[in-house]
Amino acid sequence: MARAALLGRLSWQFGELVELVHETPRVSSLYFNIPMWPGHLAGQHVDVRLTAEDGYQAERSYSIASPPEARWVALTVERLDDGEVSPYLVGELKVGDKVELRGPIGGHFVWRAGDDRPLLLVAGGSGVVPLMAMLRHRATAPHKAPARLLYSSRALADIIYREEIDRLVAANDGLLVSHTLTREKPAGWSGYTRRIDAAMVKEVAWPKAQTPAVFVCGPTPFVETAADLLVGLEYDPLWIKTERFGATGGAGGG
Amino acid sequence: MRDTHRLMGFISRGFKGRRRDTASSSRLPPGQYLVNDFPVLSAGPTPRPNLDQWSFSIEGEIDEPKRWTWKELLALPSDTVTKDIHCVTKWSKFDTTWKGVSLDTLMEGVETAAEYITAFCDGGYTTNLPLEDVMDGKAWVAYEFDGQPLHPEHGGPARLLVPHLYFWKSAKWVRGIKLEKEQQPGFWESNGYHLYGDPWREQRYWGD
Amino acid sequence: MKMQTSEMKLDGNAIAGLLGEIFAVEMTTAHGTCAACGAVNEVGRVDVYIHAPGTVVRCPSCEQVLMRIVRGRGRYWLDLTGMRCLEFAED
Repeated sequence: MARAALLGRLSWQFGELVELVHETPRVSSLYFNIPMWPGHLAGQHVDVRLTAEDGYQAERSYSIASPPEARWVALTVERLDDGEVSPYLVGELKVGDKVELRGPIGGHFVWRAGDDRPLLLVAGGSGVVPLMAMLRHRATAPHKAPARLLYSSRALADIIYREEIDRLVAANDGLLVSHTLTREKPAGWSGYTRRIDAAMVKEVAWPKAQTPAVFVCGPTPFVETAADLLVGLEYDPLWIKTERFGATGGAGGG
Repeated sequence: MRDTHRLMGFISRGFKGRRRDTASSSRLPPGQYLVNDFPVLSAGPTPRPNLDQWSFSIEGEIDEPKRWTWKELLALPSDTVTKDIHCVTKWSKFDTTWKGVSLDTLMEGVETAAEYITAFCDGGYTTNLPLEDVMDGKAWVAYEFDGQPLHPEHGGPARLLVPHLYFWKSAKWVRGIKLEKEQQPGFWESNGYHLYGDPWREQRYWGD
Repeated sequence: MKMQTSEMKLDGNAIAGLLGEIFAVEMTTAHGTCAACGAVNEVGRVDVYIHAPGTVVRCPSCEQVLMRIVRGRGRYWLDLTGMRCLEFAED
């Protein structure tokens, strides 16, 4: 199944929306039944294509939030105010509707549970989506590599998958999670309250002697800052894989 | 991000897409739609030149190359013009206001056998044009948009402005023009985009 | 003159789908050698600008153009001259 997920001519197929879950005020997860789905790896994405009545089309890429083991293919989408596709997916699309999608796509930014290097995941905003697929996939593995997630959000209400992340940590199987909020300091909050910086990354990241596998995802400026900080800790750039969502979120923007 | 048109097939229930007005008027070239914002298209990092070291030159088939510093360019007689612009990616914007120096002013007194120019830019971008398409009030080196200094994302400090052709010809971050005897396809013209680029004849790609 | 990174810049993951249309194999794990500076990078790591009249792929080390891809009227125009060599696995 893993090979099938990387090979083969990509073609458009239909997915039917079977479930819609509101994650945060602006973010929803869409669960699709895709009959011809060949399976996928954690970290891959799909292209979604929408067609208006006059034939106008718009296409965007969205990371797959569900692990390879899940029944439906889930996308988690942030609705951008000036977006073109995201307000349709989060706001208009209803259970039973069909969308055209193509995938799975990507072979570089993927993680397999068989990789036993310590795992470091660094997420900026909706960049957490492919990293959550990795953590969900990790949760199903009999032998789990130790993992750390550093997750930057604007405010408490913006943390996607918050309860599920708490449950994964509570399983006490080698996963540590550090949150940072950049625009809020809630009462009783025990996480960080600032943009990621050298001190924060030093406290959270694995020592370089552990030669971790690192995945960084989010808007371009966040990803570049995080990657620079990790290289500053003398991480080998080749350990670090990045996926930039651009300034507007979603690999294709908007 | 890509938009294409299809005649038949699956329709996404309720999807409208970005606000686009195709019915508008004879002012809109074929296949275009009107936008209210000003999309930024970029083929590379945004150059941020030092204005003390910036210059605009006219080179190539010319006896003595000409060169202006930033201050000298700004001291030249300028025009303020209002034009419609049309991008090959299908958006058009009406009534955009620019301030800049006409190519007629820059080319004053220049004698040349050249029939073509190549505009060259910070970052390495080039585009080719017939010389006559930048003369007689058809082109400017523009340094203000909408009454403000031209933003780097839109080609500032100065860009070429040639509104009668698709906007990829209005080269951002322009640093000069080279007068050429033969047409030299530029950055996009050498890789699929039309050599001339007339929006009214929908000359987007090779073979159009 | 200083070039600054633009928020418009993405990475090779953003063109995985486009390259998947053109090539028969998954390309973001392919290694490309820059013809200008010789740097070798996985395609997943290169700088990608998709918000242009076409797609421009640049070397993360020297910023020279590695690839240009234009699509229109049912055709692709692909310029790979910025890459001296492209290496990828059979399977």
